[in-house]
Amino acid sequence: MKPPPFEYHAPDSVGHALDLLATLEDAKVLAGGQSLIPLLNFRLARPAHLVDVNRLPGLDGIYERDGGVAIGATVRQSIAERDPLLRERCPLLPLALQLVAHHVIRNRGTICGSLAHADPAAELCAVLLVLGGQVVARSTGGERVIAARELFLGPFETALAPEELITEAWLPAHEAGEVTVLEESRRHGDFAMAGVARFRDRVALFGVAGTPVLADPDDPTRDLQPSGDLESSPEFKLHLVRVLVARAYGRTP
Amino acid sequence: MRVNGINRPAPSIPRRLLSDYLRGECGLTGTHVGCEHGVCGCCTVLLDGRAVRSCLMLAIQAEGHEVTTVEGLAPDGSALHPVQLAFKECHGLQCGFCTPGFVMAITGLLNENPNPTPQEIEEGIAGNLCRCTGYASIRRAVHRAVDLMQQAPSPPSGDTPPPPASPGTPPAARQRDI
Repeated sequence: MKPPPFEYHAPDSVGHALDLLATLEDAKVLAGGQSLIPLLNFRLARPAHLVDVNRLPGLDGIYERDGGVAIGATVRQSIAERDPLLRERCPLLPLALQLVAHHVIRNRGTICGSLAHADPAAELCAVLLVLGGQVVARSTGGERVIAARELFLGPFETALAPEELITEAWLPAHEAGEVTVLEESRRHGDFAMAGVARFRDRVALFGVAGTPVLADPDDPTRDLQPSGDLESSPEFKLHLVRVLVARAYGRTP
Repeated sequence: MRVNGINRPAPSIPRRLLSDYLRGECGLTGTHVGCEHGVCGCCTVLLDGRAVRSCLMLAIQAEGHEVTTVEGLAPDGSALHPVQLAFKECHGLQCGFCTPGFVMAITGLLNENPNPTPQEIEEGIAGNLCRCTGYASIRRAVHRAVDLMQQAPSPPSGDTPPPPASPGTPPAARQRDI
Protein backbone atom coordinates (compact mmCIF):
# COMPACT_ATOMS: atom_id res chain seq x y z
CA MET A 1 0.00 0.00 0.00
CA LYS A 2 2.84 2.39 -0.79
CA PRO A 3 3.43 4.11 -4.13
CA PRO A 4 6.03 2.48 -6.39
CA PRO A 5 9.16 4.48 -7.19
CA PHE A 6 8.81 7.32 -9.68
CA GLU A 7 10.62 10.50 -10.53
CA TYR A 8 8.78 13.54 -9.21
CA HIS A 9 8.59 16.81 -11.11
CA ALA A 10 7.02 20.02 -9.81
CA PRO A 11 7.15 22.48 -12.72
CA ASP A 12 6.47 26.13 -11.90
CA SER A 13 5.05 27.16 -15.27
CA VAL A 14 2.61 25.65 -17.76
CA GLY A 15 5.32 25.79 -20.43
CA HIS A 16 7.70 23.80 -18.27
CA ALA A 17 4.97 21.25 -17.49
CA LEU A 18 4.20 20.82 -21.21
CA ASP A 19 7.92 20.42 -21.99
CA LEU A 20 8.15 17.69 -19.37
CA LEU A 21 5.06 15.90 -20.71
CA ALA A 22 6.45 16.11 -24.25
CA THR A 23 9.88 14.74 -23.39
CA LEU A 24 9.45 12.29 -20.53
CA GLU A 25 8.62 8.70 -21.30
CA ASP A 26 5.65 7.29 -19.31
CA ALA A 27 4.75 10.47 -17.43
CA LYS A 28 1.47 10.99 -15.60
CA VAL A 29 -0.09 14.27 -14.53
CA LEU A 30 -0.70 14.58 -10.79
CA ALA A 31 -3.49 17.06 -9.99
CA GLY A 32 -5.62 16.55 -6.85
CA GLY A 33 -4.40 12.97 -6.62
CA GLN A 34 -7.60 11.64 -5.07
CA SER A 35 -7.84 8.91 -7.74
CA LEU A 36 -4.23 8.66 -8.89
CA ILE A 37 -2.66 8.25 -5.44
CA PRO A 38 -4.94 5.32 -4.48
CA LEU A 39 -3.99 3.73 -7.83
CA LEU A 40 -0.32 4.25 -6.96
CA ASN A 41 -0.86 2.90 -3.44
CA PHE A 42 -2.47 -0.22 -4.89
CA ARG A 43 0.27 -0.27 -7.56
CA LEU A 44 -2.38 -0.41 -10.24
CA ALA A 45 -0.52 2.51 -11.81
CA ARG A 46 3.28 2.57 -12.03
CA PRO A 47 4.24 5.66 -14.03
CA ALA A 48 7.95 6.38 -14.41
CA HIS A 49 7.39 10.11 -13.88
CA LEU A 50 4.83 12.22 -12.05
CA VAL A 51 4.32 15.79 -13.25
CA ASP A 52 2.68 17.65 -10.36
CA VAL A 53 0.58 20.53 -11.73
CA ASN A 54 -0.47 21.86 -8.33
CA ARG A 55 2.14 24.63 -8.34
CA LEU A 56 1.35 25.90 -11.84
CA PRO A 57 0.28 29.55 -11.73
CA GLY A 58 -2.77 30.88 -13.53
CA LEU A 59 -4.84 27.69 -13.62
CA ASP A 60 -6.93 28.30 -10.52
CA GLY A 61 -9.52 30.58 -12.11
CA ILE A 62 -13.28 30.22 -12.51
CA TYR A 63 -14.47 32.77 -15.07
CA GLU A 64 -17.17 33.49 -17.65
CA ARG A 65 -16.49 33.10 -21.33
CA ASP A 66 -18.44 32.25 -24.49
CA GLY A 67 -21.80 31.91 -22.79
CA GLY A 68 -20.55 29.59 -20.11
CA VAL A 69 -18.04 29.18 -17.32
CA ALA A 70 -14.46 27.96 -17.55
CA ILE A 71 -12.80 26.16 -14.63
CA GLY A 72 -9.02 25.96 -14.43
CA ALA A 73 -7.00 22.79 -13.96
CA THR A 74 -6.09 23.38 -10.33
CA VAL A 75 -9.53 24.48 -9.07
CA ARG A 76 -10.43 22.23 -6.13
CA GLN A 77 -13.84 20.60 -6.17
CA SER A 78 -14.75 22.11 -2.79
CA ILE A 79 -13.97 25.60 -4.12
CA ALA A 80 -16.12 25.06 -7.21
CA GLU A 81 -18.92 23.68 -5.06
CA ARG A 82 -19.26 27.00 -3.24
CA ASP A 83 -18.35 29.31 -6.10
CA PRO A 84 -21.02 32.02 -6.57
CA LEU A 85 -20.49 32.27 -10.34
CA LEU A 86 -20.91 28.53 -10.85
CA ARG A 87 -23.93 28.44 -8.55
CA GLU A 88 -25.52 31.23 -10.57
CA ARG A 89 -24.53 30.29 -14.12
CA CYS A 90 -23.75 26.55 -13.98
CA PRO A 91 -25.73 25.14 -11.06
CA LEU A 92 -25.51 21.54 -12.25
CA LEU A 93 -21.82 21.40 -11.40
CA PRO A 94 -22.13 22.43 -7.73
CA LEU A 95 -25.10 20.06 -7.41
CA ALA A 96 -23.11 17.17 -8.82
CA LEU A 97 -20.07 18.01 -6.69
CA GLN A 98 -22.10 17.39 -3.55
CA LEU A 99 -22.28 13.75 -4.68
CA VAL A 100 -18.55 13.41 -5.39
CA ALA A 101 -16.95 11.33 -2.62
CA HIS A 102 -16.68 13.27 0.66
CA HIS A 103 -15.95 16.86 1.56
CA VAL A 104 -12.41 16.01 2.71
CA ILE A 105 -11.69 14.38 -0.67
CA ARG A 106 -13.17 17.37 -2.51
CA ASN A 107 -10.77 19.64 -0.62
CA ARG A 108 -7.99 18.14 -2.79
CA GLY A 109 -9.73 16.73 -5.86
CA THR A 110 -10.01 18.85 -9.01
CA ILE A 111 -12.70 19.13 -11.70
CA CYS A 112 -10.26 18.73 -14.59
CA GLY A 113 -8.48 15.83 -12.90
CA SER A 114 -11.75 13.95 -12.54
CA LEU A 115 -12.51 14.53 -16.24
CA ALA A 116 -9.05 13.33 -17.28
CA HIS A 117 -9.37 10.25 -15.06
CA ALA A 118 -12.69 9.36 -16.80
CA ASP A 119 -14.07 6.98 -14.22
CA PRO A 120 -17.25 5.46 -15.72
CA ALA A 121 -19.07 6.17 -12.43
CA ALA A 122 -17.90 9.80 -12.21
CA GLU A 123 -20.60 12.42 -11.85
CA LEU A 124 -18.50 15.18 -13.43
CA CYS A 125 -17.94 13.32 -16.72
CA ALA A 126 -21.71 12.89 -17.08
CA VAL A 127 -22.22 16.58 -16.28
CA LEU A 128 -19.76 17.59 -19.02
CA LEU A 129 -21.48 15.23 -21.47
CA VAL A 130 -25.10 16.19 -20.77
CA LEU A 131 -24.35 19.92 -20.92
CA GLY A 132 -22.29 19.59 -24.09
CA GLY A 133 -19.20 20.99 -22.38
CA GLN A 134 -15.59 20.94 -23.53
CA VAL A 135 -12.08 20.71 -22.23
CA VAL A 136 -9.08 22.70 -23.43
CA ALA A 137 -6.03 20.47 -23.91
CA ARG A 138 -2.59 21.98 -24.32
CA SER A 139 0.71 20.51 -25.40
CA THR A 140 3.95 21.90 -26.77
CA GLY A 141 2.30 21.53 -30.20
CA GLY A 142 -0.50 23.94 -29.33
CA GLU A 143 -3.98 23.96 -27.95
CA ARG A 144 -7.13 22.12 -28.95
CA VAL A 145 -10.69 21.96 -27.71
CA ILE A 146 -12.18 18.51 -27.12
CA ALA A 147 -15.96 18.22 -26.89
CA ALA A 148 -17.31 15.95 -24.16
CA ARG A 149 -18.79 13.48 -26.66
CA GLU A 150 -15.32 13.00 -28.16
CA LEU A 151 -13.40 12.97 -24.89
CA PHE A 152 -14.55 9.76 -23.23
CA LEU A 153 -13.46 6.65 -25.14
CA GLY A 154 -13.77 3.90 -22.54
CA PRO A 155 -13.30 3.17 -18.84
CA PHE A 156 -10.48 5.46 -17.65
CA GLU A 157 -9.67 6.18 -21.30
CA THR A 158 -9.86 9.58 -22.98
CA ALA A 159 -8.91 11.19 -26.28
CA LEU A 160 -6.09 13.05 -24.53
CA ALA A 161 -2.62 12.37 -25.89
CA PRO A 162 0.04 11.48 -23.31
CA GLU A 163 1.73 14.85 -23.78
CA GLU A 164 -1.49 16.85 -23.36
CA LEU A 165 -2.64 18.63 -20.23
CA ILE A 166 -6.24 19.74 -19.62
CA THR A 167 -5.80 23.39 -18.72
CA GLU A 168 -9.49 24.11 -18.27
CA ALA A 169 -12.98 22.69 -18.58
CA TRP A 170 -15.83 24.74 -20.00
CA LEU A 171 -19.53 24.32 -19.29
CA PRO A 172 -22.39 26.19 -21.01
CA ALA A 173 -24.55 28.34 -18.74
CA HIS A 174 -27.98 27.07 -17.74
CA GLU A 175 -30.78 27.65 -15.25
CA ALA A 176 -31.24 25.73 -12.02
CA GLY A 177 -34.71 24.60 -13.14
CA GLU A 178 -33.29 22.92 -16.24
CA VAL A 179 -30.98 20.48 -14.48
CA THR A 180 -31.01 17.61 -12.04
CA VAL A 181 -28.48 15.07 -10.90
CA LEU A 182 -29.48 11.91 -9.05
CA GLU A 183 -27.60 8.78 -8.12
CA GLU A 184 -27.89 5.72 -5.97
CA SER A 185 -24.99 4.33 -3.99
CA ARG A 186 -24.75 1.87 -1.11
CA ARG A 187 -23.32 4.47 1.28
CA HIS A 188 -23.03 8.25 1.13
CA GLY A 189 -19.96 9.15 -0.90
CA ASP A 190 -19.48 5.75 -2.51
CA PHE A 191 -19.24 5.28 -6.26
CA ALA A 192 -22.71 5.35 -7.79
CA MET A 193 -24.27 2.05 -8.80
CA ALA A 194 -26.21 4.16 -11.31
CA GLY A 195 -26.70 7.86 -11.80
CA VAL A 196 -28.48 10.34 -14.04
CA ALA A 197 -27.61 13.90 -15.01
CA ARG A 198 -30.45 15.81 -16.73
CA PHE A 199 -30.28 19.00 -18.78
CA ARG A 200 -33.66 19.93 -20.30
CA ASP A 201 -34.65 16.94 -22.46
CA ARG A 202 -31.20 15.37 -22.41
CA VAL A 203 -30.00 12.79 -19.91
CA ALA A 204 -26.56 11.31 -19.39
CA LEU A 205 -26.20 8.10 -17.41
CA PHE A 206 -23.15 7.20 -15.34
CA GLY A 207 -22.01 4.04 -13.59
CA VAL A 208 -23.82 1.82 -16.09
CA ALA A 209 -21.44 1.66 -19.08
CA GLY A 210 -17.75 2.08 -19.88
CA THR A 211 -18.23 5.82 -20.28
CA PRO A 212 -21.02 8.24 -19.44
CA VAL A 213 -23.71 7.78 -22.11
CA LEU A 214 -26.53 9.93 -23.44
CA ALA A 215 -29.90 8.21 -23.26
CA ASP A 216 -33.46 8.71 -24.45
CA PRO A 217 -35.43 10.04 -21.45
CA ASP A 218 -38.49 8.07 -22.60
CA ASP A 219 -36.59 4.80 -22.97
CA PRO A 220 -33.36 5.25 -21.01
CA THR A 221 -32.35 1.58 -20.84
CA ARG A 222 -32.52 1.00 -24.60
CA ASP A 223 -29.26 -0.57 -25.83
CA LEU A 224 -27.88 -0.43 -22.29
CA GLN A 225 -25.99 -3.51 -21.15
CA PRO A 226 -24.41 -2.72 -17.78
CA SER A 227 -22.11 -5.24 -16.21
CA GLY A 228 -22.81 -6.20 -12.64
CA ASP A 229 -20.47 -5.99 -9.68
CA LEU A 230 -20.47 -6.93 -6.01
CA GLU A 231 -22.92 -4.16 -5.17
CA SER A 232 -25.44 -4.37 -7.96
CA SER A 233 -26.52 -6.79 -10.67
CA PRO A 234 -27.08 -5.64 -14.27
CA GLU A 235 -30.84 -5.97 -13.74
CA PHE A 236 -30.69 -3.78 -10.64
CA LYS A 237 -28.68 -1.13 -12.46
CA LEU A 238 -31.27 -1.07 -15.25
CA HIS A 239 -34.01 -0.73 -12.64
CA LEU A 240 -32.15 2.15 -11.00
CA VAL A 241 -31.77 3.92 -14.36
CA ARG A 242 -35.51 3.70 -15.02
CA VAL A 243 -36.36 4.97 -11.53
CA LEU A 244 -33.76 7.77 -11.49
CA VAL A 245 -34.68 9.07 -14.97
CA ALA A 246 -38.36 9.12 -14.01
CA ARG A 247 -37.51 11.03 -10.83
CA ALA A 248 -35.31 13.43 -12.77
CA TYR A 249 -38.42 14.45 -14.75
CA GLY A 250 -40.68 14.46 -11.70
CA ARG A 251 -42.56 11.38 -12.85
CA THR A 252 -43.60 8.46 -10.71
CA PRO A 253 -41.38 5.52 -11.64
CA MET B 1 6.83 22.54 5.26
CA ARG B 2 5.63 23.50 8.68
CA VAL B 3 4.07 20.80 10.81
CA ASN B 4 2.23 22.04 13.90
CA GLY B 5 4.17 25.30 13.64
CA ILE B 6 7.63 23.71 13.32
CA ASN B 7 9.69 23.76 10.13
CA ARG B 8 10.46 20.26 8.95
CA PRO B 9 12.92 19.02 6.33
CA ALA B 10 11.73 17.70 2.99
CA PRO B 11 10.73 14.02 2.89
CA SER B 12 13.61 11.63 2.28
CA ILE B 13 12.03 10.19 -0.88
CA PRO B 14 9.42 11.68 -3.21
CA ARG B 15 7.10 8.68 -3.03
CA ARG B 16 6.70 9.05 0.75
CA LEU B 17 3.02 9.58 1.56
CA LEU B 18 2.26 12.48 3.86
CA SER B 19 0.80 10.00 6.39
CA ASP B 20 4.02 7.96 6.48
CA TYR B 21 6.14 11.10 6.60
CA LEU B 22 4.25 12.43 9.61
CA ARG B 23 4.48 9.11 11.44
CA GLY B 24 7.90 7.90 10.35
CA GLU B 25 9.94 11.04 9.77
CA CYS B 26 8.27 13.42 12.24
CA GLY B 27 7.38 10.83 14.88
CA LEU B 28 3.82 12.18 14.98
CA THR B 29 2.02 8.87 15.39
CA GLY B 30 -1.29 10.49 16.30
CA THR B 31 -2.10 10.45 12.59
CA HIS B 32 -3.39 6.90 12.11
CA VAL B 33 -3.11 4.83 8.98
CA GLY B 34 -6.05 2.58 8.23
CA CYS B 35 -6.94 1.78 4.64
CA GLU B 36 -4.32 3.84 2.78
CA HIS B 37 -6.65 4.50 -0.10
CA GLY B 38 -8.80 7.32 1.15
CA VAL B 39 -11.80 5.39 2.44
CA CYS B 40 -11.47 5.26 6.23
CA GLY B 41 -10.48 8.83 7.07
CA CYS B 42 -8.17 7.87 9.99
CA CYS B 43 -5.25 9.78 8.50
CA THR B 44 -7.11 13.10 8.09
CA VAL B 45 -4.96 16.16 8.84
CA LEU B 46 -5.30 19.87 8.10
CA LEU B 47 -3.45 21.37 5.15
CA ASP B 48 -3.52 25.16 5.47
CA GLY B 49 -6.50 24.73 7.78
CA ARG B 50 -8.54 22.45 5.50
CA ALA B 51 -9.08 18.77 6.17
CA VAL B 52 -7.35 16.40 3.72
CA ARG B 53 -6.44 12.72 3.61
CA SER B 54 -2.73 12.43 4.35
CA CYS B 55 -2.61 8.99 2.66
CA LEU B 56 -3.77 10.59 -0.61
CA MET B 57 -0.99 13.15 -0.76
CA LEU B 58 2.72 12.86 -1.27
CA ALA B 59 4.61 14.50 1.56
CA ILE B 60 6.61 16.48 -0.98
CA GLN B 61 3.36 18.13 -2.12
CA ALA B 62 3.02 19.71 1.32
CA GLU B 63 6.29 21.62 0.86
CA GLY B 64 5.58 25.29 1.48
CA HIS B 65 2.33 24.52 3.29
CA GLU B 66 1.21 24.32 6.90
CA VAL B 67 0.19 20.89 8.15
CA THR B 68 -1.68 20.43 11.42
CA THR B 69 -1.96 16.99 13.00
CA VAL B 70 -3.95 15.99 16.06
CA GLU B 71 -0.85 16.70 18.14
CA GLY B 72 -1.05 20.32 17.01
CA LEU B 73 -4.52 20.93 18.43
CA ALA B 74 -3.45 21.01 22.07
CA PRO B 75 0.30 21.54 21.95
CA ASP B 76 2.36 20.84 25.04
CA GLY B 77 -0.59 19.38 26.90
CA SER B 78 -2.28 22.76 27.06
CA ALA B 79 -6.09 22.95 27.30
CA LEU B 80 -7.88 20.55 25.00
CA HIS B 81 -9.18 21.87 21.70
CA PRO B 82 -13.00 22.28 21.84
CA VAL B 83 -13.44 19.32 19.48
CA GLN B 84 -11.27 17.12 21.71
CA LEU B 85 -13.13 18.33 24.80
CA ALA B 86 -16.47 17.58 23.14
CA PHE B 87 -15.32 14.03 22.28
CA LYS B 88 -14.30 13.54 25.91
CA GLU B 89 -17.57 14.88 27.28
CA CYS B 90 -19.80 12.97 24.87
CA HIS B 91 -17.85 9.68 24.92
CA GLY B 92 -17.16 10.19 21.23
CA LEU B 93 -14.55 7.45 21.21
CA GLN B 94 -14.33 3.79 22.06
CA CYS B 95 -11.16 2.05 20.82
CA GLY B 96 -9.83 5.41 19.62
CA PHE B 97 -8.31 4.27 16.36
CA CYS B 98 -10.53 6.45 14.17
CA THR B 99 -10.58 9.34 16.65
CA PRO B 100 -7.71 11.52 15.36
CA GLY B 101 -9.20 11.38 11.87
CA PHE B 102 -12.64 12.32 13.11
CA VAL B 103 -11.24 15.10 15.29
CA MET B 104 -9.28 16.60 12.41
CA ALA B 105 -12.14 16.24 9.90
CA ILE B 106 -14.51 17.96 12.34
CA THR B 107 -11.96 20.68 13.15
CA GLY B 108 -11.61 21.33 9.41
CA LEU B 109 -15.38 21.36 8.99
CA LEU B 110 -15.86 23.86 11.82
CA ASN B 111 -12.99 26.04 10.56
CA GLU B 112 -14.85 26.40 7.28
CA ASN B 113 -18.37 26.43 8.68
CA PRO B 114 -18.67 27.32 12.39
CA ASN B 115 -22.47 26.91 12.30
CA PRO B 116 -23.20 23.68 10.42
CA THR B 117 -26.75 22.36 10.04
CA PRO B 118 -27.43 18.80 11.27
CA GLN B 119 -27.34 17.72 7.62
CA GLU B 120 -23.95 19.40 7.11
CA ILE B 121 -22.65 17.66 10.23
CA GLU B 122 -23.83 14.28 8.93
CA GLU B 123 -22.13 14.93 5.61
CA GLY B 124 -19.04 16.31 7.33
CA ILE B 125 -18.40 13.08 9.21
CA ALA B 126 -19.66 10.73 6.47
CA GLY B 127 -16.15 10.31 5.11
CA ASN B 128 -14.81 8.74 8.31
CA LEU B 129 -15.36 5.17 9.42
CA CYS B 130 -15.66 4.03 13.06
CA ARG B 131 -15.47 0.26 13.33
CA CYS B 132 -16.79 0.44 16.90
CA THR B 133 -19.82 2.07 15.23
CA GLY B 134 -19.94 4.83 17.84
CA TYR B 135 -21.46 7.25 15.38
CA ALA B 136 -24.28 8.51 17.60
CA SER B 137 -21.83 9.72 20.26
CA ILE B 138 -19.55 11.18 17.62
CA ARG B 139 -22.44 13.11 16.13
CA ARG B 140 -23.36 14.39 19.59
CA ALA B 141 -19.74 15.43 20.07
CA VAL B 142 -19.85 17.55 16.91
CA HIS B 143 -22.95 19.38 18.14
CA ARG B 144 -21.25 19.87 21.50
CA ALA B 145 -18.08 21.16 19.81
CA VAL B 146 -20.15 23.74 17.93
CA ASP B 147 -21.58 24.93 21.27
CA LEU B 148 -18.15 25.00 22.93
CA MET B 149 -16.60 26.95 20.09
CA GLN B 150 -19.40 29.48 20.15
CA GLN B 151 -18.97 29.94 23.91
CA ALA B 152 -15.25 30.56 23.53
CA PRO B 153 -14.73 33.91 21.78
CA SER B 154 -11.60 32.88 19.89
CA PRO B 155 -11.06 29.14 20.15
CA PRO B 156 -7.81 27.68 18.99
CA SER B 157 -8.27 26.37 15.49
CA GLY B 158 -5.94 24.05 13.70
CA ASP B 159 -4.88 26.51 11.06
CA THR B 160 -3.62 29.18 13.41
CA PRO B 161 -0.14 29.06 14.87
CA PRO B 162 -0.03 27.39 18.26
CA PRO B 163 -0.49 29.69 21.26
CA PRO B 164 2.55 30.81 23.23
CA ALA B 165 4.25 28.07 25.15
CA SER B 166 3.12 27.44 28.69
CA PRO B 167 5.23 29.04 31.46
CA GLY B 168 8.48 27.25 31.97
CA THR B 169 8.85 26.13 28.38
CA PRO B 170 11.34 28.24 26.45
CA PRO B 171 9.60 29.40 23.27
CA ALA B 172 12.68 28.50 21.27
CA ALA B 173 12.16 24.86 22.12
CA ARG B 174 8.92 24.83 20.18
CA GLN B 175 9.79 27.17 17.36
CA ARG B 176 13.10 25.68 16.41
CA ASP B 177 13.70 24.03 13.06
CA ILE B 178 14.20 20.31 13.22
